[in-house]
Amino acid sequence: MLYRESGDFKTTYAKDNQTFPIKFDRVAYYLILAVAFLVVPFFINDYWANAILVPFLIFVIATLGLNVLTGYCGQLSLGTGGFMAVGAYSTYKLMTSFPDVSIVIHILLAGLITAAVGAVFGLPSLRIKGFYLAVSTLAAQFFLIWLFNRVPWFYNFSASGMIAAPERSVLGVNVTGPNVEAWAQYMICLVFVVASAWLVRNLTRGSIGREWMAIRDMDIAAEIIGVNPLKAKLSAFAVSSFLIGISGALLFTVYLGAAEAGEAFGILKSFLILFMVIIGGLGSILGSFAGAAFMVLMSVLVKNVLVGGFGWPTDLAAHFEYVIVGGLIIFFLIVEPHGLAQLWRLIKEKLRLWPFPH
Amino acid sequence: MSAGFYFGVEVFLNGLMTGVMYSLVALGFVLIFKASGVFNYAQGVMALFAALTLVGIQNGQIPFAHLINAIFGTHVYHFGWTVPALFAILLTAVVMVIFAILVEKLILKRLVNQEPIILFMATIGLAYFMEGFGDLMWGSDIKKLDVGIPQGGNLWIEENTAFLGGPDFLGIYIDSLDIVATIVAVFLVLTLVLFSQYTKTGRALRAVADDNQAALSVGISLRAIWVIVWSIAGFVALVAGIMWGAKSGVQFSLSLIALKALPVLMLGGFTSIPGAIIGGMIIGVGEKMFEFLIGAPFLGGATENWFAYMLALLFLVFRPQGLFGDKIIERV
Repeated sequence: MLYRESGDFKTTYAKDNQTFPIKFDRVAYYLILAVAFLVVPFFINDYWANAILVPFLIFVIATLGLNVLTGYCGQLSLGTGGFMAVGAYSTYKLMTSFPDVSIVIHILLAGLITAAVGAVFGLPSLRIKGFYLAVSTLAAQFFLIWLFNRVPWFYNFSASGMIAAPERSVLGVNVTGPNVEAWAQYMICLVFVVASAWLVRNLTRGSIGREWMAIRDMDIAAEIIGVNPLKAKLSAFAVSSFLIGISGALLFTVYLGAAEAGEAFGILKSFLILFMVIIGGLGSILGSFAGAAFMVLMSVLVKNVLVGGFGWPTDLAAHFEYVIVGGLIIFFLIVEPHGLAQLWRLIKEKLRLWPFPH
Repeated sequence: MSAGFYFGVEVFLNGLMTGVMYSLVALGFVLIFKASGVFNYAQGVMALFAALTLVGIQNGQIPFAHLINAIFGTHVYHFGWTVPALFAILLTAVVMVIFAILVEKLILKRLVNQEPIILFMATIGLAYFMEGFGDLMWGSDIKKLDVGIPQGGNLWIEENTAFLGGPDFLGIYIDSLDIVATIVAVFLVLTLVLFSQYTKTGRALRAVADDNQAALSVGISLRAIWVIVWSIAGFVALVAGIMWGAKSGVQFSLSLIALKALPVLMLGGFTSIPGAIIGGMIIGVGEKMFEFLIGAPFLGGATENWFAYMLALLFLVFRPQGLFGDKIIERV
């Protein structure tokens, strides 16, 4: 049958604990992976890569990161843009200081640097809670952007104040710089996305993930049953910032190529990622993918329909885009406050009973 | 005393005045947060929208003129009349009430009992919506707002303080607009406090703020209260919009003052009206003095962007509920 647990006997503990307990899900998962790795790279063109797939993949990593912090550990953060900037600027400094080392190592190191910065800015969370914490993460956002704008060392004293990614290759294929092929951009992002999703999935179902969720559900009660809030909160900040840093690094090196802190990593980016988390669904990995896809596709669609479809002047279309994006966000929150992931859960429930719902 | 000292005094006083301007925005946040627990990110955009509407009504602009022109190929922009300032302010207040009713009907009513973060995101969505809507309705060019508030340096103060410093000191410069803003802010806070203490509606507001389920059970209509609170926040936004619009022109960046009001809120506490004013003054003075003493000479300037947040963060580490916020009591 189509979507059934019956007949799928779990004979070992490993099978009982697997991520996709239903066979249909497992098959679908491997199919999607196979298509993503083996089919898409051969058909991708510049438009699809630049407008949809690459930004989607990069934002998925950031959304996963923020989901760890907000969705799993319950700490609301508005400093995502600032942490992405840390990732981007540390990759830039590493790339220009050690040109011979592989860019993959640079990106991972940048993630670690961001994790350290994130843990430092996570320290107040031990004392400050709720919206007070959300506003105090804005301190990180504004301070970091100011730092990258004002201290010339960070942008290697370039006259424009911008950072530009030098040409780098992985396994002999260019992944950054002007001569990069669409499929190479796509592949490097895809590898990082799959690795991050795998990491988050396995962290959240382990003991550390349970600690995060205990803190989220009620921090005092969690403390009483023996969860160390210092460890849980700071590790959530560190893991979240690690992923956000990687996302920022990829956004700068692979996607943008050149960036300026205030413009590429401003407060609007923080809100964008938060929207992806909320619309996708708090505390859900599938939701992170769905939320990122929704926001990326919506903005492309609105732009194409308004400017292409009606032929409106661009400034009018830009204002209309704001109206539509704002309206759709409110609409989605009203219709499904738990996000797209909740919709998928409902569909799964229905599928299990189909075609005899009673 | 040297002239440098008096420049410091001038910076101090101007910081105080700027702080009051921040407080005007923060007040709206506090009102809504107290009454409904909604952290209303759209407050800054409400100020922008109110100011845009005021200018639009005053100059007799046709709403959605650009949109109409783009669709029908016409060239209409103005009705060809101007409306007196006071009347325009009243009309704008009516618009803000209609806005409050719409927000309650279309958004708040449908999101009752959702988690605070969902409501917060909804207000960010609202902020996006209103930003685009305001620009669509009235156009996005920078507009001059003139409702007859005196502007420019206050000569009387300058002349009477010039003798304090040396010969190269010209007196303390304070913008008249800031003085008016301070008086208006004090008046606004007094009115709000009196309103919430001595009127029936005010008592109902406080009851809802205290415990909305208990308030509901003694027969207070939550929905009516929400409309009233959002209307009052709309009026406060209008006042803030007038002040900021007169100071720097009505333009998109007006919506960003919400971001300057947030540290004020943190410092004063999300639930305290006097806290918003005092927090605003501390932030205003703090950031101006820091920029004057340390930021500009040693750190390359523009520290105002983040210093307010750092200052508020520092206060918060010692008092997690802000200076005047209700004590957070946690029970398992």
